[in-house]
Amino acid sequence: MPKRSLENLETIANDIREDIIRMLEHAGSGHSAGPLGLADIFTALYFDVMKHDPKNPDWDERDILLLSNGHCVPVRYATMAHAGYFPKKELLTLRQLGSRLQGHPERTRLPGMETTSGPLGCGLSQACGMALAMRMDNILNRWVYVVMGDGELDEGNIWEAAMLAGKEKLSHIIGIIDRNNIQIDGPTDDVMPLGDLKAKWEAFGWHVLEIDGNDIEAVIDACTMGRAVSDKPIMIIAYTVPGKGVDFMEYDFHWHGTPPNKDQAKLALHELRTLGGKIRGEHE
Amino acid sequence: MSDLHLADIHSELNQEPIRKGFGRGLLAAGKLDDNVVAACADLTDSTQMSLFKAEFPQRFVEIGVAEQNLVTVGAGLAAMGKIPFVSSYAAFSPGRNWEQIRTTICLNEQPVKVVGSHAGVSVGPDGATHQMLEDVALMRVLPHMVVIVPGDSLEAERATLAMAKDGRPNYLRLAREATPIITTDKTPFEIGKAYVYEKGSDVTIIATGTMTYQALLAAEQLYKDGIEAEVIHCPTIKPLDEETILKSVRKTGCVVTAEEGQVIGGLGGAIAELLSEHHPALLKRVGMYDHFGESGAPEELLEHFGLDAKHIRLAAHQVTDKKKK
Repeated sequence: MPKRSLENLETIANDIREDIIRMLEHAGSGHSAGPLGLADIFTALYFDVMKHDPKNPDWDERDILLLSNGHCVPVRYATMAHAGYFPKKELLTLRQLGSRLQGHPERTRLPGMETTSGPLGCGLSQACGMALAMRMDNILNRWVYVVMGDGELDEGNIWEAAMLAGKEKLSHIIGIIDRNNIQIDGPTDDVMPLGDLKAKWEAFGWHVLEIDGNDIEAVIDACTMGRAVSDKPIMIIAYTVPGKGVDFMEYDFHWHGTPPNKDQAKLALHELRTLGGKIRGEHE
Repeated sequence: MSDLHLADIHSELNQEPIRKGFGRGLLAAGKLDDNVVAACADLTDSTQMSLFKAEFPQRFVEIGVAEQNLVTVGAGLAAMGKIPFVSSYAAFSPGRNWEQIRTTICLNEQPVKVVGSHAGVSVGPDGATHQMLEDVALMRVLPHMVVIVPGDSLEAERATLAMAKDGRPNYLRLAREATPIITTDKTPFEIGKAYVYEKGSDVTIIATGTMTYQALLAAEQLYKDGIEAEVIHCPTIKPLDEETILKSVRKTGCVVTAEEGQVIGGLGGAIAELLSEHHPALLKRVGMYDHFGESGAPEELLEHFGLDAKHIRLAAHQVTDKKKK
């Protein structure tokens, strides 16, 4: 597949943000800030970084993406729909009875959803299991990407996995921490300070990269560099703006677990369509 | 029962810890299928995974003392087509990592084989912290989970081989102390089946794990007392072999259950639920009644907490007496 231009990727990321707003407004519940902040990372992963086939989700040579912080799944659903895993109109079934798009992702309901998640701290351990299985089978051309929240790093399970991956030198794991500095009860520094994250992961035996997580090119470059590291697992600390793209949501932890209402969604969509007022909206 | 090829309990029975059978079974399963892999949380010898590790070092993962990671790594291994057996002491796994088992194994439908060793008060001197009594209840309540409690080491070996071929999440409960071997190489084992070890028409005794041997001893005493007990060995607690159990209870009209664990949510709980919905009958449950264990010698503790043939016999008398009234 020919690589897309950066401009094209940025347009896709913006479309994904619009879909996130529509989905959440329609569902009437769910998380806003995280998914908006992750739109650039997910666009980079699905439209450039990862080897995958939407028409053959179980392709045995695909790269694997685990969304450890399952509450951010609206961004994954929107990105998967844009990538062709399922029709975009299905996005509006989010959180409805009988929908394949559960409030938190379930592997057995949606092809291409690699695991079931929501309760935090479990993604990295599963990535360890997957990377160990690949090593047992001498598979060298596949990678496991794991997206985690920064608030999620409060979970002890994460650090158990961090030790194992370091010990086993699981270089086919590329972790991405969504460092947006918020969690439900407030700023991460108030709820539970994470300290020097880079030094922490390095002390656990990881190769650490720090990037602007809302810069699609930086995400692509970091993943490329990560795949070149062969003796350590890789952790990308991606600094993102929570609520990115919607001015009244940005940086505000109150939007962590809240959806926009009808009026707020209208405002948000207007802002996204006009790229923050830079262009004239098509619906004006 | 002749078709079950059981050992003669009047003869001098060999004894062996049930976990030893698991170790042999895992090694055999590993030889039969390259996808069988194992992980352990710093208890490789105790849980008997050492045999597998020695034969297949590349297919074994040492997790360290990290039970949350243990089962979740298992989910990842299973996602890649492996058949992972993950072991620790039952007090820690599934004692500590229930939510990980719930979400990443059961809801996620990954066929991870969780093996909890050193279950029950017969762990002995280590005391209440290490005497896991709630594991069956914890695992039984989870959708998709299969719960297996073998009665001796030979059955544990067969159960392990059956688990390797079972596509569902499984929990295997093992005991530490030497247990009399009451089955033989020819005794059948199938996941989901209960077996009538002794025929009788006065009372049904349903036992699992280490208590099945005690139930057989009790049945002998009861026979001398003039009571013919039907002894059902129930190594799969979920899914329960309802047919075999109800068929027996329809005949006898009263029931005793026996297990080395909490009756709340355990085998006793499962049978109470089954009977009250399908065939209400007099029931007495032998097991732990909402309290913890303590340090002591295994045989001392079993007697202290009423987990032996004597107490099964007593319970059988109670329900048969009530039935007559």
